[in-house]
Amino acid sequence: MTVLVEGGKYCSFKVGELLFGIDVQDVQEVLRYQEITRVPLAPPVVRGLINLRGQIVTAVDMRRQLNMEDRPAGVMPMNVIVRTREDPISLLVDEIGDVIEVDPEGFEDIPPTVSGVVRELMSGVHKLSDSLLLVLKTERAVSIC
Amino acid sequence: MEDEIVQEFVIESTENLDQVAIDLVELERSPGDPALLSSIFRAMHTIKGTCGFLGYPKLEAVAHAAESLLSLLRDNEIAYSSALANALLATTDAMREILALLEATGAEGDRDYGEIISTLRALAGPQGVPAPRAAASAPPVEPPTQPASGEQASQGSYPSDAATERGAHGAEDAQPVHGEAKAAAADLNIRVDVRLLDTLMNLVGELVLARNQIIQHTESRNDPALAATSQRLNLITTDLQAGIMKTRMQPIGNVLSKFPRVVRDLAQACGKQVRLETEGRETELDKTIIEAIKDPLTHLVRNSVDHGIESPETRRSAGKNEEGRLMIRAFHEGGQVNIEIQDDGAGIDGQKVLRKALDRGLVSPDAAARMSEREILALIFLPGFSTADKVTNVSGRGVGMDVVKTNIEKIGGSIDLFTAPGEGTTFKIKIPLTLAIVPALIVTTGGDRYAIPQVNLLELVRLNSGERRGAIETISGTPTYRLRGKLLPLVDLGAELGVESSHFQDADDPRSFNIVVLQADDRQFGLVVSDVNDTEEIVVKPLGRQLQNIRHLAGATIMGDGRVALILDVIGLAHGAHVVAENSDGAAAEAHQETDTDGTVISSLLVVRVGDDRQLAVPLAQVARLEEFEPERLEQAESRQVVQYRGRILPLIDLAQFMGVPATAERSTSVPMVVARAGRRTVGLVVDAIVDIVSEAVRLQPISERSGVVGTAVVGSKVTSILDISELVQNFDQAMFENDFELEVAR
Repeated sequence: MTVLVEGGKYCSFKVGELLFGIDVQDVQEVLRYQEITRVPLAPPVVRGLINLRGQIVTAVDMRRQLNMEDRPAGVMPMNVIVRTREDPISLLVDEIGDVIEVDPEGFEDIPPTVSGVVRELMSGVHKLSDSLLLVLKTERAVSIC
Repeated sequence: MEDEIVQEFVIESTENLDQVAIDLVELERSPGDPALLSSIFRAMHTIKGTCGFLGYPKLEAVAHAAESLLSLLRDNEIAYSSALANALLATTDAMREILALLEATGAEGDRDYGEIISTLRALAGPQGVPAPRAAASAPPVEPPTQPASGEQASQGSYPSDAATERGAHGAEDAQPVHGEAKAAAADLNIRVDVRLLDTLMNLVGELVLARNQIIQHTESRNDPALAATSQRLNLITTDLQAGIMKTRMQPIGNVLSKFPRVVRDLAQACGKQVRLETEGRETELDKTIIEAIKDPLTHLVRNSVDHGIESPETRRSAGKNEEGRLMIRAFHEGGQVNIEIQDDGAGIDGQKVLRKALDRGLVSPDAAARMSEREILALIFLPGFSTADKVTNVSGRGVGMDVVKTNIEKIGGSIDLFTAPGEGTTFKIKIPLTLAIVPALIVTTGGDRYAIPQVNLLELVRLNSGERRGAIETISGTPTYRLRGKLLPLVDLGAELGVESSHFQDADDPRSFNIVVLQADDRQFGLVVSDVNDTEEIVVKPLGRQLQNIRHLAGATIMGDGRVALILDVIGLAHGAHVVAENSDGAAAEAHQETDTDGTVISSLLVVRVGDDRQLAVPLAQVARLEEFEPERLEQAESRQVVQYRGRILPLIDLAQFMGVPATAERSTSVPMVVARAGRRTVGLVVDAIVDIVSEAVRLQPISERSGVVGTAVVGSKVTSILDISELVQNFDQAMFENDFELEVAR
């Protein structure tokens, strides 16, 4: 295996208009919509709990994490199950894309003009031929204040 | 491999030392008992031998000195005495210490045990202890010579022991001669990693769910072959579940075995004579529960020796045997484990308890006058209560019976107390067999199912719409129901969880209406839900880290249809709904109203300082975290101070400003902050210093000119204002919290 600095393979997904990538090493699996049990009194970013083959997994809505509007009614989110230091967490996203292999040369820091939550959740950006792949900080994306 | 051997050596030696400690105490009752002596000697000898082999000179030297002393005892050359017992017990402690270090760091540590060794040598008398030959003559490079090294004398008299010892310790690979003995022991027992058992337990939980689904499915089809197979699957699953549960069971004797020593040491320190008897040591409990009851049991045992049993003189003049008797009995009953701790001491004087409670302001005189004997005795479980006339180093440990009670209740158990003046006291503890699978009542509210652990459940009341009118009465907005003539406060589950509107808003609410009567602490309340479904055995799964601070929820479970349902934490729910007078949280004010006296008790407070000398306190339950940050990180958002904290904007309240005192220069380098929670809101309280966390009975004077301050109390000899965060937050800046502050980030 070649070790690439900020390169390698990313599992991509879309939230709103943004294309995100998580290091494939951090992704356990991706799933279609799963039934969610809401958790009263939980922070709003926690959409609820899903049953992942007997394991109870907390589902964090990336739209809410990014302060975007909720999905329109009837649009079902997909699950990206990520490994964290503790239990796995499901990130609820709009669309799941391909696994993208990137060229480390194409990596850049986030432009200083990008501010707010997006900036905090990102470690950088990969310039793809037709779009930008925002590299997600996994631990940060699953954290809930 | 090496690590494994060491690990095994540590485990075995610790077990051996446990047994030695028990035997040493027992030996005091029957001095010179050859069976006990040889058991102790053997254990010590095994440890020493293995030490030599693995190369732990310190542990070996201590074990050697003890062994030499023991061999003199065994040969009746010296007599057993209390001083000797103390020295030997101290030796086991020292050895345990070394073993703990070995386990943690892999080395023996650098403490010097010369003193213990010389004490042991001095006790061995003029014969002295020969120099530790073993250390010199047991070179680890030549294991085959090891069995013969250093202790030929003892081997002569115990030829048969040698084989068992060798089989028992971890170095047997080097001694093929004794391989057979080892095999015999290994056939009966193996050590298994607890994590593996946990995994198996989880898998069986899944299997149970899959089984339930198959059974449901089978019922809907008319297929005899499938029905028969599913029936078998059902039986096997049930057996498997029982079997796996059993693997996690440990005899309670594992905990009880340390008590002879505790009782002996304590009795000696108090100048009392106490005989400890145990019954039902083989009673089995889940490992996690065993861990959880260790401390409460120890506390009760210490309490009985320290406060329960009288001094020999008092006992003699009361016509009792000078030697007090302490009995610990464990047994299964009705799917629960009962543990009784019984002493034949002075008993508990109800009137004394009541006076103390009045003195400490734990009850009002009015309430006291109405109390039954049983209720009076229950006062000893209140925080801040201690009946000890004199504070001894045993009783003054900062933990009281309240902690015992809380810890037992945390694992779904209960504790009861029976006492007869002059005859003694009995504590009865009831605990569940396991925490992993519990029977629960499933209810529905707001379209979601919730599980309520059955231990909290008292009864169910169903009201149809006709009965509901008039049956529910409100006291300034708080609904109550008369249950057999007593007022039962009602809490609407949907409204409490914020998932749907309360059933009480509209008297003609078409939803069905069920009252689940629950017990929380010593209070009963009715939980109003839309539907009561069924009772089920549920597999308890913990919630993720992100959700663990929701006090209303105890965990989650997977239902037969594969969906997740939440498990309610009845105590947390009761606290959240202020059903139970709380000692902390925003309920401080309510608690004060409920006690209807001039004071209330707040058990745990975080004490902070603002300005030079103003002391404030926040109920610990409202504190989420303590942080410190550089002053540069303070930012201004519109007119408010904020700080970026864990990716969010955290609004700040400067308590110095709030109290109207100037902040100190201490803040110029780093600013201490208390992250506090009020309901769903989080706020940072900027202070000048974090002083302490206190857990004590605090008498609250409800004088407060400021809203946000519940009252004033003396904490650590200083007048302290006690804050109520929810009120503080509300008044400080209504607008700020009206929108979830995340929205501000987007702006």
